[in-house]
Amino acid sequence: MRLRTGLPDEGSEPDAKLEQALKDFRSSIHAWSEAEYSRPHAATAIHHTSWRLAAGWALGCVLAAGSVTGGLYERHHRQEVAKIAAAAEAARQQKIADEQSARKDDEDLLAKVDNDVSRQVPSAMEPLAQMMAEDEAQ
Amino acid sequence: MLKWGVPRRSWCEYTDRIIAGNQTAIVNSRRKQASTRVMAAGTLMEAITTAAAVEFAGREMEAAAQEFSSVVQAHRPQIFRFLLASTRDVDLAETLTQECFLKAHRNWDRFRGESSAMTWLMRIAINLEKDHWRNRRMQFWRHTRTNSVDLDEASEWLPSGERSAEQQMMAREQVAHVWQAVEGLSARQRTVFLLRYVEDRELSEIAQATGLSEGTVKAHLSRALVKVRAELKGKS
Repeated sequence: MRLRTGLPDEGSEPDAKLEQALKDFRSSIHAWSEAEYSRPHAATAIHHTSWRLAAGWALGCVLAAGSVTGGLYERHHRQEVAKIAAAAEAARQQKIADEQSARKDDEDLLAKVDNDVSRQVPSAMEPLAQMMAEDEAQ
Repeated sequence: MLKWGVPRRSWCEYTDRIIAGNQTAIVNSRRKQASTRVMAAGTLMEAITTAAAVEFAGREMEAAAQEFSSVVQAHRPQIFRFLLASTRDVDLAETLTQECFLKAHRNWDRFRGESSAMTWLMRIAINLEKDHWRNRRMQFWRHTRTNSVDLDEASEWLPSGERSAEQQMMAREQVAHVWQAVEGLSARQRTVFLLRYVEDRELSEIAQATGLSEGTVKAHLSRALVKVRAELKGKS
């Protein structure tokens, strides 16, 4: 069979290579189609589209719900963690403040006791007191 | 894609059964309607006339069903082949062929014979294919993969004839180049090209099937051939 390859410019020089390629192309499609048509093959159902559509929507809804729930849970979890961390920090600050306060009280008490128990050194004992003070300083 | 464990022959009969079932249902419905009318008419003459009309309508419907069945038998392979060449997907081509004949059956009474049955069926097939790709673009997530065979595999189906192994190999390469060029064509160019060079349709038939003018068909064919020629020259 001669194919009408030169359709738009019919009458021009024949392109034998193109003609042969198109002829082979046609034969290959015919052979493929015949082979597929006569081959026992599982039929596809038209009705499956509705089933697949429903399954697709269901899966999509589950994924969307999962994403939203996961996001909310993560947000809530982070808030809880932040609260715990803030409480711990506040407790730590409080503890430091208590310690500082207790230390200051002790120092005040010691200063008061020191002040109460110390007496004026007699002038005769002053050189000895100076020497003791120097020793302590060293 | 969901498969039913039904052999192809049964698949072909599946469409026939649906068509035959619909046809029988229509005939029975007409008979029932006529019987009701007979009861209402009350006179014997009217009853005879109505019964005869019903019988005539029934015979007409059966004749139409037989006619459609013969059209299906005659044109199903060509429609399948065209869709297979257009999509390179066996499952999709089967599904679209099935849908094409179901749609044709639903509209069989509207077929006026202005074009050949083959042209009319081809037009339905082209529209179904177009709709399929349009829907696919919109619902890409529904089918994430395509079943189309690759170009090399499609080129394997070349009858050996009386060629040597080397000639056969070269011919396959040429066919692969043509497939490559067809892949690069626009949808309209591809349809026109396949109808012309695979289905061997006349320009007027292609114009009717695609809804284009003959001039436009010629222009598309010309551009398609230029691309095929360029592909063959570029790769050789």
